Amino acid sequence: MEMVLEAELEKKKKLSQSRLADKHIGRRNKKNIFFKGLIVTATVISTLPLLFILFYIFKQGVGALNWHFLTHLPNPVGEPGGGVSNALVGSIMILLVSCVIAIPIGIVIGIYLSEEKRSRLGYYCRLAVDVLQGIPSIVIGIIIYEWVVRPMGGFSALSGSVALALMMLPSIIKSTEETLKLLPESLKEASLALGVPYYKTIMKVIVPTGLSGILTGVILSIARVIGETAPLLFTAFGNPFMSTNILKPMSSLPLIIFNYATSPYNDWHQLAWGASMVLILMILILNIISKIVQRKWKVQF
Amino acid sequence: MESPILKATNFNAFFGKNHILKNINLEVHKNNVWAIMGPSGCGKTTFIRCVNRMHELVPNASVEGSLQLKGEEIYDMNPVVLRRKVGMVFQRPNPFPTMSIYDNVIAGYILNGIKLSKMERDDIVETSLKQAALWMEVRSTLHKKGTFLSGGQQQRLCIARALAMNPEILLLDEATSALDPISTSMIEELIQQLKAEYTILMVTHNMQQAARVSDKTAFFYLGELIEAANTKTIFTNPKHEKTQEYITGHFG
Amino acid sequence: MITAISYKSKQINFKEKAFKKTLALSAIIVVVILLAIFFTLLINSLPSLKAIGLKFFYQTTWDPVSDQFGALPFLVGTLLTSFLALVISTPFSIAVAIFLGEYYKKGPVAEIFKNIVDLLAGIPSVIYGFWGLFVLVPLVRELEMKLHVAPYGVGIFTSSVILAIMILPFSVSLSRQVISMVPSHLKEAAYSLGATRHEVITKIIIPYTKSGLFAGLLLALGRALGETMAVTMLIGNTHDLPTGIFSPGNTMASVIANEFTEATGRIYTSALIEMGLFLFVVATIINVIGKQIIKRFTLE
Repeated sequence: MEMVLEAELEKKKKLSQSRLADKHIGRRNKKNIFFKGLIVTATVISTLPLLFILFYIFKQGVGALNWHFLTHLPNPVGEPGGGVSNALVGSIMILLVSCVIAIPIGIVIGIYLSEEKRSRLGYYCRLAVDVLQGIPSIVIGIIIYEWVVRPMGGFSALSGSVALALMMLPSIIKSTEETLKLLPESLKEASLALGVPYYKTIMKVIVPTGLSGILTGVILSIARVIGETAPLLFTAFGNPFMSTNILKPMSSLPLIIFNYATSPYNDWHQLAWGASMVLILMILILNIISKIVQRKWKVQF
Repeated sequence: MESPILKATNFNAFFGKNHILKNINLEVHKNNVWAIMGPSGCGKTTFIRCVNRMHELVPNASVEGSLQLKGEEIYDMNPVVLRRKVGMVFQRPNPFPTMSIYDNVIAGYILNGIKLSKMERDDIVETSLKQAALWMEVRSTLHKKGTFLSGGQQQRLCIARALAMNPEILLLDEATSALDPISTSMIEELIQQLKAEYTILMVTHNMQQAARVSDKTAFFYLGELIEAANTKTIFTNPKHEKTQEYITGHFG
Repeated sequence: MITAISYKSKQINFKEKAFKKTLALSAIIVVVILLAIFFTLLINSLPSLKAIGLKFFYQTTWDPVSDQFGALPFLVGTLLTSFLALVISTPFSIAVAIFLGEYYKKGPVAEIFKNIVDLLAGIPSVIYGFWGLFVLVPLVRELEMKLHVAPYGVGIFTSSVILAIMILPFSVSLSRQVISMVPSHLKEAAYSLGATRHEVITKIIIPYTKSGLFAGLLLALGRALGETMAVTMLIGNTHDLPTGIFSPGNTMASVIANEFTEATGRIYTSALIEMGLFLFVVATIINVIGKQIIKRFTLE
C-alpha cells in the first residue's frame, strides 16, 4: 500500500471542502429554473404557428363551407359563390387509385423486410426505401411525367395516382415492417407447428395480428399525401370541370388551392380558403381514425 | 415388440458449424411419456424441434442421420404434412391473439383451409377442450379471445389446439416453466391422462417433474444422449456417472 | 373424432415457393424503381449536361429564349432559404426535443405537444404557402419598411420563415428519439454527484446525443432543400441573383414547378430535369448520411 502523508490528506480535505461547499448553489438553482423556463417558452412558441394557421383557416374557411360549396362547381371569375365539388371528387378518386396501387405492394414488401432481417437484398431494399422517402416531391412529379404522362400522350388523373402511390409506398412499407417485426416469434412457431404452410402462416396469422398497425400506417400515409401538390402539377394537372375519367386531367383540392390562392381574385381566394378548410378537416379526421384504429384494434398478447 | 413410433439412428444436428446433437440413437414407443432432461445447452430442445422440423427454421441449421416417424424418414417428408402429425406445445403459452377460444382450438383446420361442418367443429372443440381439462372453465366463454385466459388456461388451450389435430406425438417444450405451481400440477395430471391416447415427449428442467410424470427418461449432456431408460432406473440406479451427478444436483 | 386432412404436399410446395418468390421479387422492384428514377433523371439531363456543362452551376443568366441556362441564382436561392430556415428552426427544434425527450416524456402535456408537432408535419405545403401569402407577407412587408429595405413582402426571408416552421417536426421527431435513448444510468450518475437538471441536460445529454441531433438537423435540411409549394408561393420567383435575405429569388424546386409544363425545347426541359437530378442527388446523399449516423447512434 502506498503511503499517504497526513499533510497530503489534510490538503485534499481542505481543497474538496472549499470547492464543494457550494457557494453558487443558489445561482445554479436559478439557472436550472431559468433553463427550464427557456425550454418551455421555446416549445410554446413553436406551437404558435400551428394555432395561428388553424385559427386563420377556420376563420376564413368556415364562412365558405356549406353543402352548396361541396356539391357545386367553381364559378367563373366575377361570380361569387360556387364550390369545389370537382376537386373533392378528383382528390378522392386520385387517392383511391393510388391506394389500390400502393397498399398491396407496400404491404408485401413490408412483409418481406420483416421476414428477411439479415439478407443482402433486404439491406438494399431498406436503403432504397429510405432514399425513396427522401426524394423531393417535385422530382417525383418529373419522374411520373416521364414515365406515364409522356408515353400516354397527356396529363391524366391516373398519372397523378401513380405519383402519389410512389410517395405513399415508403411509409406503408416501413409501418408494415415495424409492426410485423414486433410480433413474437412464438406466434409464427405456433402456426407452423400445426402444419400450416409458411405462406398461410404469414397471410392468416401474422398479417391479421398486425392488422391494426398496418392499417394505421396506411391511413397516415394517405393523410400525408392527400395535400401533396407538387407531384400533381405535371400529372393530374387540374381541370375546371367535373371529370371522373381517370385517363383525363382531373382537379384535386391541393391543386385548386394553389391555383386560386395565387390568383388575383377575391372570390377565388374565398374558394381556396374553403378548400383549405376541407383539406385540413380531412387530414384531421384521418389522423383521428388512425388513432382509433391503433387503440381499438390493438391485439392483446 | 411393437415397432417404435419415433426412431433416431445416428442422428446429428448443427447450427452452422456448431455440432448441437451428436449421434443420437433413441426409440420411442407408443403411449409412453418421455422426459428429456439435461443442463441448458445440452441439445434437448433442439432434439424435439427436429422431430417436427422446427429446427430448420433457424438460418444455417442442418441435420444428418436418420429420424423416422412410424418408419417414415422425417427429413424426406413435407414439413407441413409432418407438423400436422406432430403436435407441439411451447414454453410460453402462445394462443393466436386474433382468434376466439373456439377458433384457437381448431386453428390448425382454419389456417390450413380445411372445411369442417358446424357439427364437426363443435365436436372437435368440445372433445379437445375436454381432453385438455379446460372445457368446464371455458364452455360459456368460447367466443371470447383466448388471450383473456390466465396463463395456465392459455397453456391448456394450446394443448387442446395441438390435440385437435390428433397428432401421433405430442412435444412439450418446457411447457410448464412459465406457469404457477397449481397450473403446473394440472398440466402434469393432464399428461398422465393423455398418455392413454398419445405418445409424449417432454423437455423439462425440473427433475421432480420428470420423476413424477414420465415413464422413460433420456439424459442429454453436451449434445450427446448419455443415458435413456425407465425413469425409475435413471433416478434410482443410473448407469452413467454424469447422470448420477446431474440428478444429485452436482452440476447445472 | 377427427380427421380427414388431405395431404396435397406438392401443391403446398409450389405455393410456398411462389409466395417466397413474390416477396423477394417485390423487394427487388423497390430497388429497381430507385435505380430507374436515377437513370431517368440522368438520361433526360444529358442534352443539358452536354450543351451547358458546368456553366449550369456558375452562370447567372437564365433565359430560355436565348437558350442560356445558368442556374446559379436558383442554387444560391435554394441554399440560402434552406440554411436560413435551419438557423431559425434549430433552437426551437432542440428545445422541443428536450421538452418532449426529457422534461415531459409522458402524460397529458407530452401528448398534447406531440400531437401538435404531428399536426404541424401534417399540414400540406400548399396551405403553408397560402397562409404565408396572406399573413406572413404583410408582416414581413411592415418589417421591411421599418428596416428601410425594398418592401416586397415575398422573398428569401419569408420563405425561410415558413420553411423553418415546416421542417421543425422532422428534426424534433428524430432529436426527441435520440434524447430519450440516453441511458438512465448515465443521468442518474450525474444526479448522484449533485448535478442539477440543467447541468445534466447540457453536460450529459447534449454531448452524448450530439451526433444524433446533428443527423436530425441534416435530415431537416434535406427536407428544406426539396420543399416546393410553399416556397414557390412566397419567394417572388425572380431570375436574378438574390442580393440579400430580403430580396426575392427562386429555388430550384420552384423553378421546376413554375416552368416545367411550359418548357419548350429540348434543352430547356432538360435543364429543368438537371435541376431535379441535382436535388435528387443532394437529398439522397443527405438522407443516407443522416440515416447512417442515426443507425450508428442506435447501435451504441
